[in-house]
Amino acid sequence: MRFNETLKALLGSFLLVCLFVFCLWALSGGGNRKERADAGVVDQVLHLANGTEPEDIDPHITTGVSEHFIQLALIEGLVAEDPKDLHPVPGVAKSWDISEDGTVYTFYLRDAKWSNSEPITAEDFVLSYKRALAPRLANEYASMLFHAVNAREYYNGEITDFDQVGFKAIDDKTLEIRLNYSTPFFLSLLNHHSWYPVHVPTILKYGAMDDRRNTWSRPGNFVGNGPFVLDEWKINNVLTVRKNTNYWDVDNVRLEQIYFYPIESLDTEERAFRAGQIHKTNKLPLSKIPKYVEEDAKRPPGEKLLLNTPYLGTYHYMFNTSLPGLKDPRVRKALNLAIDRESIVKNVTKGGEAPAFSFVPPNCAGYNSIHRLDYNIAEAKRLLAEAGYPNGEGFPEYSILYNTLESHKTIAEAVQDMWKKNLGINCKLENQEWKVYLNSKTEGDFEMVRFGWIGDYVDPNTFLELYTKESGNNNSNWSSDEYDRLLIKAGKENDQTKRYEIMQQAEKILLEELPIMPIYYYMSTYLVDPRVKGWHPTILDHHPYKHVYLEE
Amino acid sequence: MLRFIAIRFAQAVPVLLIISIVTFAMIKAVPGGPFDKEKKVPEEVERALNEYYHLDETTATQYWIWLKNVTTRGDFGPSMKYSNRSVNEIIAASFPISLQLGVMGICIALTLGLGAGIVASIRPNSAWDYIPMSFAMIGICVPRFVIGPLFMLMFAINWEWYNASGWFFWSDRVLPALTLGIFYAAYVARLTRGGMLEVLGQDYIRTARAKGASEMRVILRHALRGGIRPVVSYFGPAMANLLAGSFIVEKIFSIPGLGTFFITSISNRDYPMIMGTVLFYSVLIISLNLLADIVLVWLNPKLRFNES
Repeated sequence: MRFNETLKALLGSFLLVCLFVFCLWALSGGGNRKERADAGVVDQVLHLANGTEPEDIDPHITTGVSEHFIQLALIEGLVAEDPKDLHPVPGVAKSWDISEDGTVYTFYLRDAKWSNSEPITAEDFVLSYKRALAPRLANEYASMLFHAVNAREYYNGEITDFDQVGFKAIDDKTLEIRLNYSTPFFLSLLNHHSWYPVHVPTILKYGAMDDRRNTWSRPGNFVGNGPFVLDEWKINNVLTVRKNTNYWDVDNVRLEQIYFYPIESLDTEERAFRAGQIHKTNKLPLSKIPKYVEEDAKRPPGEKLLLNTPYLGTYHYMFNTSLPGLKDPRVRKALNLAIDRESIVKNVTKGGEAPAFSFVPPNCAGYNSIHRLDYNIAEAKRLLAEAGYPNGEGFPEYSILYNTLESHKTIAEAVQDMWKKNLGINCKLENQEWKVYLNSKTEGDFEMVRFGWIGDYVDPNTFLELYTKESGNNNSNWSSDEYDRLLIKAGKENDQTKRYEIMQQAEKILLEELPIMPIYYYMSTYLVDPRVKGWHPTILDHHPYKHVYLEE
Repeated sequence: MLRFIAIRFAQAVPVLLIISIVTFAMIKAVPGGPFDKEKKVPEEVERALNEYYHLDETTATQYWIWLKNVTTRGDFGPSMKYSNRSVNEIIAASFPISLQLGVMGICIALTLGLGAGIVASIRPNSAWDYIPMSFAMIGICVPRFVIGPLFMLMFAINWEWYNASGWFFWSDRVLPALTLGIFYAAYVARLTRGGMLEVLGQDYIRTARAKGASEMRVILRHALRGGIRPVVSYFGPAMANLLAGSFIVEKIFSIPGLGTFFITSISNRDYPMIMGTVLFYSVLIISLNLLADIVLVWLNPKLRFNES
């Protein structure tokens, strides 16, 4: 009797659940799932997970990488990027001349059109730069334009006449840009979104040129000049672009549409990829990398899913060099020599990163550091003893500050352990919420701080410039007149080989004085559908979309 | 009754005012600002940004500007993160999605929860009680960030019935609504069972049975009315949570609802967005609590009597 009753209840509950699930299933269309990725291959529609919701798509307002990925589809600068190594290739400018001393660039524009079919003129570029430098707009990357004559002065209000700034439309199709110094990386710089042109008449239609709340960058309003044009933008859901029929090279654009999904959760995007909803994830959770590495090993070439390539960034620690102990370059060198970077990337980060033995990542526009920080415990001990802390005795107990994240914590633990074991130095770990951490860092309220630096453009300058005295991001209290002098000298040097020699000298100073402790170079790691073609691994993870297409 | 509602509305005004002042003071006290980034914003730019968003004024002045805009124009100001969007616009775009998901979650919670609770209370301490209540216990104990991915793995990746995430087709609503609903269903089931058991032992139920009312009528007509009272008081605030969006469910399923902005606005230090979401949520919770009270009065004649 009792057993019978139990059975009945079990059966009843089970049937109810089945009925419930069946109702849901039937109501929602009975398992007719649409595989977007498959349909996309047929229709040339690319589905990309793009990290976070874009703050905006206005190139003079945004600061993030996700936004730049969208702008690459919508806007084209004077030059564009080569799909394989991102070297500058003709964009809106079909050719250019560089003056003997390297300070005057003359660009000859092609017959290109805006997406509203108005012709693109040299004056459009001048107006764009004027807008990018408008003080009230508070363009966070305005300083990228300060390489041009008088741009900084105009931005700071020291001069009010924009005609005195180094931008000049000689005629409709000829643009002249005058620079303060020869700036050999200037063409690469032009690929940064702060140098992208905007259609100023459209902006004025929707409000003031320097109003951050201007709605010109909304679907329906937006006018661009890239291979694609803005189609739809649903907050936090999807942003879509479609082929721009007014683009000068439209015949070579093979994709019809691109969908950018702001998927914040790494696990969610990985599952969306497995469910055939997207062609590419933005990142990959660390824990899943080994599984994909293993599976890819069994797949034939051309069917592999995992893309793991160097990314232009250095993960490092910055020391507060005004503190006792850390004040001494020998101590900082000892701390640097006492960590085993190989072991950290192999056993801790495990994402295939390369250990950072110098500050500038390798192959940065052909620059490879010739100086190297080795793992040398004996030398580290000797230096520490020389500085007055034999076996770590009497060394203050400092803390490593990082923003709250598991991966930062494990790295800090490894470093803590290596210092303890190799040098007898004790240190503490301290984590803070992201914005609190940023605040502590910029206020100099730290002893040692974790710092990730991603290059803005492909040139060693974007790294070395970071530790000049003027740099707002150098919170180490360290500076060197010689270092600053060398970088200025390099900025004026026209010959690339000689320039890199000077930069090597500068990096040597940085690696001897060591206000920093490089740990590893970043990698971009994500999944790509093998049917996505023309997607070459690049150091900024840029993929000029006009060269991308889908094929079975 | 009308007087009761009017009083509650009048009480809401100072409550909202206090909430807004406390929130404003708290977000200003937290270190870090909306424009702090990994790459520090140059000083001159920061100055221009502060000027543009009135962050260079004193906290009191900033609050006053905010209050004036909200009370006179209903304008919560611009988002400091999404520069060309206003807080009103973001809430208007994302709340309907949370609402939709919430309503579906509520339906699932009530159907499953009330059903299981009633069944369990009819034959307490039998298999009919233990089995649904064990499920309820599992539903309460297993967090949503486990159930959600489990559903995705089963229904989306293994059986390929649904998309794993997103908010595009009707079928995309099923898994998140289930994930959201099951948790509340479990609570509702336990509360219903408890409430029903208490009521079923009372004299008026015996009277109803003695009069010869059918078992069905006794349970649904006489007992349920008293038995679901704990559910109603629980459901007021719970509904506010459901409707305002669940950060976890929205994140797992990549749903563009309001719950996400609730949390990310804080980590972004997007001041106007924080104020907007907090106030919006406050209004929601105050109204739903009021609604729950009204329903309770309607369910319980005793309360009605006391009030008059």
